[in-house]
Formats: sequence, C-alpha cells, structure tokens
Amino acid sequence: MKTAVINLDQVSKEYIDAANKITRRVVICAGTGCVANGALKVYDAFLSETSAAGVDVVTELRAEETKGDLRISRSGCQGFCQMGPLVTIEPEGILYTRVKPEDAAEIVRTTLIEGALVDRLLYVDPVSGTRCTGTAEIPFYARQSRTVLKKCGHIDPEDIIEYIAAEGYTAAREAYTRMTPQTICEEILHSGLRGRGGGGFPTGRKWDLTRKQPGPKKYVICNGDEGDPGAFMDRSVMEGNPHSVIEGMMIAARAIGADEGYVYVRAEYPLAVSRIRKAVTDAEAMGLLGDNVFGTEHSFHIDVMEGAGAFVCGEETALIGSIEGKRGMPLPKPPFPAQSGLFGKPTVINNVETLASVPIIMRMGAAEFRSYGTESSPGTKTFALTGHVVNTGLIEVPFGATLREIVYNIGGGVTNDRGEVTGESFKAVQIGGPSGGCLTEEHLELPLDFDSLKGVGAMVGSGGLVVMNKQTCMVRMARYFMQFTQNESCGKCVLCREGTKQMLALLDDIIEGNATGHTLEMLEKLAIAVQKGSLCGLGKTAPNPILSLMRHFRAEYEAHVHQKRCPAGECKALAIPEIDPEKCKGCTMCAKKCPVGAISGEVKKPHVISAEVCIKCGACVAACKFDAVML
Amino acid sequence: MDKTFVNVDGRDIPIEGERNLLELIRKAGIDIPTFCYHSDLSVYGACRLCLVDIEGRGIVTSCSTLPEPGMKIRTKTEEIREIRKIAVELLLANHDQSCPTCPKSASCQLQNLARRLGIEEVRFKRTHTPAPVDRTSPSLVRDPNKCVLCGDCVRACSEIQGIGAVDFAGRGASSTVVPAFGKDLSKVECVYCGLCASVCPTGAITPKSEVDAVWRALDNPKKKVVAQIAPAVRVALGEHFGMEPGTVTTGQIAAALKAIGFAQVYDTSFAADLTVVEEANEFLDRAERGERLPQFTSCCPSWVKFAEQYYPDLLPNLSSCRSPQQMFGSVAREVLPEKLNVSAKDIVIVSIMPCTAKKFEAKRPEFKHDGIPDVDHVLTTQELGRMIEESGLDFKRLEPESLDMPLGFKTGAGVIFGASGGVTEAVLRYAVEKISGVRLDAFDFRDVRGEEGIREATISAAGKEIRLAIVHGLANARKVADKVRAGECDYDLIEVMTCPGGCIGGAGQPVSRDPNVKRRRARGLYDSDKMLELHKSQDNPVVTQCYAKHLGEIGGEKAHALLHTHYASRKRIADTDLDLLNGTDSDKLDVSVCVGTSCMVRGSQELLHSLIDYIEERGLQNAVDVRATFCFEQCDRGPTVSVGGNVMEKCTFERARKALEDALGKLNSEEVKVEN
Amino acid sequence: MPSNQELNMPQTLNKNTQSLRQFKKVCEILDRYDHDQAKLIPILQQVQHEYRYLPEEVLTYVATSLGLPPARVFGVATFYAHFALKPKGKYTIRLCDGTACHVKKSIPILEALYKRLSLSENKNTTPDMLFTVETVSCLGACGLAPVMVVNDEVRGQVTPEAAVKLVEDIIASEGSK
Repeated sequence: MKTAVINLDQVSKEYIDAANKITRRVVICAGTGCVANGALKVYDAFLSETSAAGVDVVTELRAEETKGDLRISRSGCQGFCQMGPLVTIEPEGILYTRVKPEDAAEIVRTTLIEGALVDRLLYVDPVSGTRCTGTAEIPFYARQSRTVLKKCGHIDPEDIIEYIAAEGYTAAREAYTRMTPQTICEEILHSGLRGRGGGGFPTGRKWDLTRKQPGPKKYVICNGDEGDPGAFMDRSVMEGNPHSVIEGMMIAARAIGADEGYVYVRAEYPLAVSRIRKAVTDAEAMGLLGDNVFGTEHSFHIDVMEGAGAFVCGEETALIGSIEGKRGMPLPKPPFPAQSGLFGKPTVINNVETLASVPIIMRMGAAEFRSYGTESSPGTKTFALTGHVVNTGLIEVPFGATLREIVYNIGGGVTNDRGEVTGESFKAVQIGGPSGGCLTEEHLELPLDFDSLKGVGAMVGSGGLVVMNKQTCMVRMARYFMQFTQNESCGKCVLCREGTKQMLALLDDIIEGNATGHTLEMLEKLAIAVQKGSLCGLGKTAPNPILSLMRHFRAEYEAHVHQKRCPAGECKALAIPEIDPEKCKGCTMCAKKCPVGAISGEVKKPHVISAEVCIKCGACVAACKFDAVML
Repeated sequence: MDKTFVNVDGRDIPIEGERNLLELIRKAGIDIPTFCYHSDLSVYGACRLCLVDIEGRGIVTSCSTLPEPGMKIRTKTEEIREIRKIAVELLLANHDQSCPTCPKSASCQLQNLARRLGIEEVRFKRTHTPAPVDRTSPSLVRDPNKCVLCGDCVRACSEIQGIGAVDFAGRGASSTVVPAFGKDLSKVECVYCGLCASVCPTGAITPKSEVDAVWRALDNPKKKVVAQIAPAVRVALGEHFGMEPGTVTTGQIAAALKAIGFAQVYDTSFAADLTVVEEANEFLDRAERGERLPQFTSCCPSWVKFAEQYYPDLLPNLSSCRSPQQMFGSVAREVLPEKLNVSAKDIVIVSIMPCTAKKFEAKRPEFKHDGIPDVDHVLTTQELGRMIEESGLDFKRLEPESLDMPLGFKTGAGVIFGASGGVTEAVLRYAVEKISGVRLDAFDFRDVRGEEGIREATISAAGKEIRLAIVHGLANARKVADKVRAGECDYDLIEVMTCPGGCIGGAGQPVSRDPNVKRRRARGLYDSDKMLELHKSQDNPVVTQCYAKHLGEIGGEKAHALLHTHYASRKRIADTDLDLLNGTDSDKLDVSVCVGTSCMVRGSQELLHSLIDYIEERGLQNAVDVRATFCFEQCDRGPTVSVGGNVMEKCTFERARKALEDALGKLNSEEVKVEN
Repeated sequence: MPSNQELNMPQTLNKNTQSLRQFKKVCEILDRYDHDQAKLIPILQQVQHEYRYLPEEVLTYVATSLGLPPARVFGVATFYAHFALKPKGKYTIRLCDGTACHVKKSIPILEALYKRLSLSENKNTTPDMLFTVETVSCLGACGLAPVMVVNDEVRGQVTPEAAVKLVEDIIASEGSK
C-alpha cells in the first residue's frame, strides 16, 4: 500500500507560521539527569502556574490550535547537568538553574509577565563572581561548539514536526530522490567524518565498502549501547534529538542499499528507548519510514531493540550476535560486518553521534564540515566531562581543542577533595573510559583529535573525560577500570577472560601491599600479551589504563610496590597509623611495643610515628589504651 | 596452472585451496598449536594459540584468516611465543593439576602444549574455586576443573549432532560449559554419544570407566567373565600401543583378554550376523506389506535415544531389532549357562566397544531379566587398553589366539558393521540374495560406502529397486528425518550412525590427531572382511544353528522375545513442570496437559486455556491442580491430557471436560460438599 | 463456620490467577514475535517483566516453543546481567558504580546498605524478599553522581545516610501493610 508522500516543505511552513505567532518560549530540560532531579514536576508546575495566572499557553504547535503566544516545552539534555533542573527562556536566552517546582510561580510572575530576571536562579560564575543571564555569558557554554548537540537542548524531542521545521529529513529526501548511493558515499568520504564510537574509522569508507557488497539484503545498525561508565553523549543525543539519528540511518541505508535497520539501545537508558521508539513510530506514521520512502521504490524499516546488560555488546560483532538472539560473544574479524554481518548479510554499524552528524554534513556540505576541527579529524566531538572538575556535564568542542581549554575554560578548573579550586590540583584526565589512556600535565596543550591521541598512547574513545585531582591514587583508578572490564569480559578468549582477572589480582597485590619486584614486571608482560593477542576490542584495550598509567605514573606504582606507600593517600592497606595529638597522653606504651622503633616522643608529650620506618604491623594500635592511634 | 604463494617463515608455500592459514601452515610442516580449532567444526577463534604475524596486518589468528597471495607470515616471533606461553600459563593457573591421575594424561593437549612451549613455571595464582565433578551419566564424566573453554564440545554437539545439550553459561571469568540449568548430564537431552569427549582437548569430558567393576568380577572366583569384541575395536586398539590405525589385532585382543582372566572371548560380529538376518527379514516383510517404511536401523543407541526424544512419531519406523551388543547378551544368557556349565547369575558378560552410548544401552531397563542385565559391563577401547597395560602385557608381542566358539564365529558382513554404510551393505548381502532367489557371488556393494554425511544409493534386485540412505552425524539424521516426516523422500532403508564415520569414530576409541585415522580404521574393517572365508550373514552356520536350537523361526515368537525390543518417547529434560493452578481441597484432582512441542503443534495450548477457562467459570479452582508439563512421552499421539491419572491421547477439549466432570462427580458422590 | 481451607482461599486464588495470567502472557509474547529464534532476547525481557525473574520451567517452555535447545536459552539468560534466574526483592536498589559515581564515593553507600540489610555480593536479596541490592555500571546520569535507582525511581547525589534512611522508610511502610 502506498502512502502519500509527505510534503516536508508544507509541513515545515505550517509549523513555522504557527511558531511565528509565539513570542516567548520556556524550555525545560527533560534529560535523564534533570528528570531525576524533578524536572517533570517543574514542567507541571509551570503549566499549573500559568493557568492560575490566566496566561494562555501552547504546549504543542499546530497551525489550527495556536491560541496564546507563550509556549512551554521540554527538551533533551542541555548539558549543564549538575546545575539542573535547567529552564531556558527564549528569545532572551535566559538560563535559570536549580529550578524547583516552587519557583515556577515566581518565574511566571517576574519573568514571563513582568519581564524581569529572578536573580537568585541565575548561574554565578565562581571565577568572576558575576551573575550570568544566559548561556552566552557562561564559560561552560560559551567555549563550546554545539553542533550535533545544537538542537538537543532546544527542540521538543517528541515533536517530529518541530524537527521537520528545522530542515529535518530534507537531507534524507535529497539522498533518496536526487542522489545515488555512490554520490552519498563520496560526500561523506569527502567530509572526513570518522566513527565517533571509538574506532575513528572513516565512515564514508565503511559505507562504500558495504555498498559494493552484493545484495539484495543489507542492514544498518545504530550502536546505542554506550556502556563506558561516565559517558552519556549518545544517551543525550537519543533523548534530545532522536530524529537526527533516524535521518542519519535513512541516509546510510540509501547509501549502502539496505531496507532494514536496527537501533540497539542500552536498557539502562529507558528515556532514550522510549524517545527513539516514539520517533520511529512518528516517522512511520508520516510515511518517512516504511515502504516507498519519499515515493521511491526503496523501503526502510527500523526496529528498536533494548540491550540486556552486557557492555561487550558495544563491540559490533557481539552486538550483531545479540540481535540474532545469541550470547554477545565477538567473532574474529575478518570477515568484517561490511562483508558478513547481521544474519550473514552486509551490514553497516555506526555510532549514534556519527549518524546524527550525517544529516548535518549533508545539509551544510562536506567542505563546510571540514572547516571545523583538524585536517585528519574534521568536525566536532561531544564529551562527557566528569570527575574533579567544577563544571561537569555534556560538552561539544571542535577536534583540535586542547585539554587545557576543556578542563579549565569550559570545565572551570580542577577541584580538590573539598571542592575547592586551588590551581594545583590537576593530576590526570582519563580519556576514552576503561579502554582509554590518561593524559597528564604534559598534555595540557595537546590538541585533541584521533591521531594526536593515538600518538601519546591514548584514544578519543567514545568521549568520556574524567578529571582526577592529586588526591586520586592512579593505581586504584587502574584497578577500578580493570574491574569493570573484567566484569564485562564475555569470557570467550583466554587472554581477556583470565588475563583481566590476573591483572586485577596483581593490582590488588599492589594495593594491598603484597607486591614484589616481579609484580610490576609480570603486570606489564601480561598487559602487553592481552593487548596484542585478544580477540576483540574489549580485550585489546582492557590493559590500556594500566599501560598508560604505568607509563606516566611509574613512580607512583613503584612507591606502592617497593615502599609500600600510597602517595595520594587513598590505599588504606598502605596507610600508616597516625597518632592523634589530642588524645595522646604521652605514656610511651606504643613506642615500647613498636618492633622497629618508628615512634618517637617525650614522656607526657604527644608521640609521632615515622612514615619511612613504620612497617604497619599494628602493634601500636593494639597497645594504646586511649584510642589515640588510628589507621 | 599458475600457483600463488604465501611466504611462511621465509619459505614460499603454494596456496592449494586451504580454508585458512592454519591448514596451509600445517601443510608446510609447521604444527601451529591450537585448542579450539577443529577441522570438522566452525571456526571459533578463542584459544589465541594459533596467532601468526602477517606483515602489514599485525597479529591475527591463523584459523580465521584466508590465505592471500603475497602474504608474509611469521609464526614464531618473540611476541607470539610470549603470548602463547602466557595463554597456556593462564589456563594452567586454574586447571586441575592432578595430571598423573587424570585419564587423559597420555593424550591431553594442554599437557602437550605446556611441554612443547617450554613452560617451566606458572606465574599466575589460582583465582577460581573448584567445581563439583558430574559423574551421574552412565557414559561420560564431566570435570569442569579441567575445562579450557575451547567450546569444541558445544560446537560438536550443536553442529554435528544437532542437539546442543551443553552450552556456555555465565560470562567472563565465571563462564562454564554446562548442560541446561547446570543440571546433570543424565537429566537432559544428551544421547551419550561422547562426541564431546572425542573433541575435548583435555580431560574435561571423558568416557566413564567401568574397569574397576570388571576387575572385581575377574577377581571373584565364583564368576565366569566372558567378553564380546565389537568390530570397530579390533582395528583401533593397536593404536593404544603405537600400532598403525587399521591394523587388525583380533587375535592379540583375544590373547590379552584371556591373559587378563576372561574365561571366553567372543565376537559381537557374530551377533551382528544375527541382526542382519532379523533386520533384513523385518525389512522385506515391511516392504511386502508396504508398511512402516522407510525402515531406520536401530543398532546405534544414541540414535535411538535421539529418535525417542525428537522423532517419537517415527519410532514405528525404527527396526525393532536390538543392537548386536544386546542380541549377543540375550543369546549368551540363553546359551552359555549350559555351555559353560555355570549358573546364569555367575556369568558376567562384558562387551568391548568403541562407544560410550553402549554403556547407557546396556543399562536400559528393558534389557534386564530377573534382575540380571543382558550385558553387565561395557568397556571402551581405551579402557581395555589401560587394563592391558595394568596387567603388564606387551600387546605387540602377544601371540594371537582364536576366538571361542560358537559365539565367536562371524562372517565379513558382521565385521563391516563398524563403518558407516557397513550395516546397509551387510543387510543388502542378505536381502538381495533373498529377493533374487539366486546365490550372490559378488557381495560388495561399494555404492553405499563412503565418507559423506548423507549418502544415497539405489540397488536393484530381481527388477525391484531398493532406495537407500546412509547417514552419519545426528544433524544429518535430523535433515533426513524431517524429510521423512514431511513425506518428501522415497527411501526404503535408512542407516543412521551417530558418530562421524560410523562406530570406528566412536568416543571410546583411542584419541588420535591423525586426520585420516577413521579412513584407515574403516579400511582395516573392509580388508578384514576380504580375508574372512564367509561374507554373508546367511552363510554363517552358527547363526543357522542358533535358530535351530534356540531361537526357532526367524522373526518368530522366541526370536522376538530375545532379539527385538520396543521404544518409547522420552522427556528431554527433567523436573520442569509449570504449576498453573493449585487447588486447596484435600483430595484435589490432578490435571496435567502436555505442552511439549509435538503436543503444542497439535493444539495443546488452546486446550489448556479452554480447560482453565472452564474450571474458572465453574468455580472449580479448589478441586484441581492444573499443570503444564513436558512431556508425556506420547508425543506422536498428542495432545495428551491426564485427569486424575487417566492419560488420554489425541485429547480434545470435550473429552477432557467430560473426564474432569466424571472424576469430580465421583469425588462429589463420595462426600457431601457444598461448592459455591 | 468457614473452614481453614476457605480462609486460605484468597491467597491461593490470587496465586492461581497469577500463574494462569502469567502463562497466558508468555504464550502471547511468543505469538507476538512469531516464535522467531532471533527474538529470544526481547522475548526473555518481556517474560522477565511478567514474572520479575526467569523461572526454570518457563525458560524450558520458551526453548521448546522456539525450537532451541534449553542449554542455549540458559546460556543466553546467564550471559546478560539484566536477566535474573532467582526471584528478586520487591524493591530492587541499584547503585551506580560508573566512573563519575565511583569517584564521588558510591562504594560507601553500597557498604552502608549491605551492613543495614545484612547482605553481601553473593547474597544480595533479603530473606523476606523485600530488598535486592545491586551495583550497575553507569546509568548515564553522571552529573548527579552518586546515583541510586529504587525500582524505576532515580535519585541523585545520594549519601550513605540518605540511602539507609530510604530503606528504613520502606520497611516502615511495608510493615504497616
């Protein structure tokens, strides 16, 4: 059955006409973070307060229905997660932070009706002390280049018409009606777009390889199994602008000749799942997805599948296995999915951000896309900035931005454990999650892109950036990542399955103070073997945190091993007991019991334990009758 | 023809259609180590031992890489050697270290590799807690502490046998290979063929040993222990002692058994001749009536269990003949007490088999009479080899002895049973002569021989055509059985062997890495056939005598009692009923509806729902327990419903409802009850 | 005078109705996916939603209906962290141990919960089936670290004290039922 081909231009015009009647818009961030902090209640509060105040409100824009010139809507993640719930007022671009449902009444009265600001809800820049009216003044935002994320914090992700009105699906239309698979692949190749999921493989080349495979059955898969702890870029795109992903998939399908696609989303992202599902349903209802796309002979159907809790399913062959109803165990490559993928057919698997970039590239043109970023890594990249940094949240910068810009200008600087910015707290940044490496002070001026990072033994990965201050023990961080990887290892190949477990055991030895001279040597040998010999990306990159941290922080490792000391003071097993001077009565019992003479002090005066001599036997703790010796 | 080359460690090696680099490199004489690669199974790529370094590509697994002209390959760089060592050490760290007492000690690939790679210390700690060993099945022992997770057993059971009784469970370091739900092997669909044990590189799955029981019998002065030797054993036992596969050592085996203390040594091939006579007649009889065709052979116990589980509707097509092992036992029990002048209960019958499923077969309840099994113990070829070693005998230097009469006399037809196609050929040698009425001089039927998994042949006799299919591997059997079910094929007689190549490839045979071992063993059998005086079962005078003195008519009543059996459909997995309704009355009625696949296909699900709706409408919930069960073992006659112990087949909702009402009515009339 | 049996009726009836309803649901789910083997994972997800875990007999039924070996279905069910083969508590508390949450000290919260409920990594469900405590890796709400989810409710910036208080509030409200 052929449905009438939707007239995108007309739909768009009708929407814009209706939107032109709106003079003011309140956008409430409804990404997972803000929702957890009560954003939906804030939204309800706005509706009830405006109603109470007798103000007409539009929640869904349709030409016929518009009465009133104030629109209240929800958006995807606006990025500044720790300051949420976030409320943006347009056209002024006012950003209110930490908004509670109780604040709605005041905002309606003061800002919407009276046109003034509610100062207490504005963001205060901790460095300059000034109140910032809107994102243009907030360093966190001002320094970013939100391209893929541009619409995420603005449009209503559940309104397909709003997407269409902003040139949505026009690139797909172009692809299906006026371009050929070959020209599409060429355009994407020229743009230099590289996979944003971690691999950095040129997307145009992947598409072209798949295009050349014999058909007729081919598949497009969107890899939404973002499992890196600390990464939520893909989630935000799926929640904030799901149609951009669908449009990207459509263009990919046209490029390779696929008629069926899957979106594989982690079940831990229920909001992303529901938004993508709704987007697919809405696109189908409009005739954008289904048989005879844009009136052509080609069809494209999308199915949404939820993951079941296996990080390894982010690996493409494991993901394919999961869609086929199997255990998510990766397969040796070659053959690559381009040749033999889902159900043995040629398949393109792309990351969410990669796909969301495609319509943007098609609309602005490859040349303009190349004007962002660097020569080898054009375009922008989203990052999730977390850890010991003032401003945590979701950011997007062009490739080539330096680490300093991100951590200090956008991030606002490194905090110590008390939350203060002292300017001396920076220790390292873990980039790329558990598969990545670390960047240290020497890399602060490094322009970040695929190749420069590879050059220093790190990788862009999916884009997780964790900032660590000087009170962070690097050995413990390595252990944390190794435990994650070990837990998520599929168990197929012996190097990853047993190797990660043994590396974890060795790290535990180091942390517990049981390491010997051999431990470090063994750890390194094992790490290299696992890196070189594992079957899939998970195993191959699992040792990266260890190797990278050993490379940059070898002294710290050696302190743990040879001196049984943790320089950052985090490893309890290596902590030396301390005497509380206020409780110590100077009775000298501890000094007498100490087998190595590590305690000194005069009678009736507080005693002191020497860190270098102490062997942590605990005799002093047991000896003290006044509870003055603590670990 | 232009040859293309790859360069391996500096030498140019031609590409000659090898499936992967590993096979090509082995052809070049370099034995690349591997656990998980098996030429008969799909590529898995997990053990990481077969890594090679390809210039420009880096380190890849050779088992999964296609040879490409111009590749420069290095097989033993420092990196690769280190990775291999670490991989093996990682396995050893958590492996059961009791090698000297492990039955796989002589043939364990892990032990072998550790030695070959020059591993002198294991630099890693144990991180796993030991798991219990599963000894519950009659045929196989599973020891998860020796498993290296190569997945060969999983793939063998799934790809070659089409069953999948074991699979990976868990994830990461807690991965194991287990039957469903971690149940014992005896509680799931395993057919005991032991292919898993054949492909297992370590001692994680091994045939279960009955050596101790046999020694006890031999040591007991009151008992007379007799042996029957299966055809496939005689061409393989020698391998245990370094002889070439296919060397026929029947004489030495007899000598060894006698030296160990067996009173008499007989030949299963004699019973195979019997089987031929019974089965061929059965076949001709069916062919004449046009009934129950095609006929499937039934001498393979794994195939029988497989059919009982998955194709119960085809059970009538199976030959009702017992296998040669069991026919022997039956006849021996009948004949030997008098012959040996010993009371029946003091005769211990031991069969030497290439097969682990025979251990299961011997224990089937229908093969026991008056508490005495027809076959007491089954020893595999490997177990016999060990007993011979334990006795200190120098097998190669033993003087051959002859087998004992009368049960040791056989024709070549009985001997070729051990090879795929052998049973069919033996039956043909009888049937063709009988049909044509003319003495058959050319007794070879080479059309049915071969190595392909599914073979077809058509033999003409006196203007009639006999259409044959010869199958080995149960995944292949499935294909043929599905076709038979669907009425899509025209075979008259179908031979099914579970083990690839037939019995000569059985799990009890000596472990061999020679890819030609099966071919050579089969050759030995066909050569032995040639060397014997008689080649057709009907010419076996002892067989004729046996009928005359003990069995009566071929296919007659006595023959049926001793030489035939019956089959029953089987539950595939134990303890998995679904409780749906639990009544509270003290004498509630038990209602069970089968929801196994066969019954479901026949509508048991709807029947169940209708029944439940009915019970709810009438407010009878307290009076009944309703269960969905698998399975009633009447799969071909489903849907099957049991009401109060009364099992109804081909049940409809009406019948079930009526049965329910009748049963409850009876209960009601016994007590005064007020139902709301 | 109502008999003891009749007094027990509502509970048994409820259990019976539940068993039947669940079984019907399983059959519906299988039909909806056309008994397609490739759809095993979505099928298991929905079956688990119905039973709150995956009982052995139901898994066997699903295997037989799909024409898959039970060992294979068991293998899939034990591979993915979301599938539970043992019943879970009425309240499932998931603590995020993703990098951001870890760095913001999620482990002390876990330890506080374990201590209060006498649980551990190996025994993570209370005997009265009220609570299950698990860690989960990264819910993607990193800006709110540390994050805790109780059934479907997400709570951010949790402290050990707040977590324990939440548990005690639940115990109190359940006790009064």
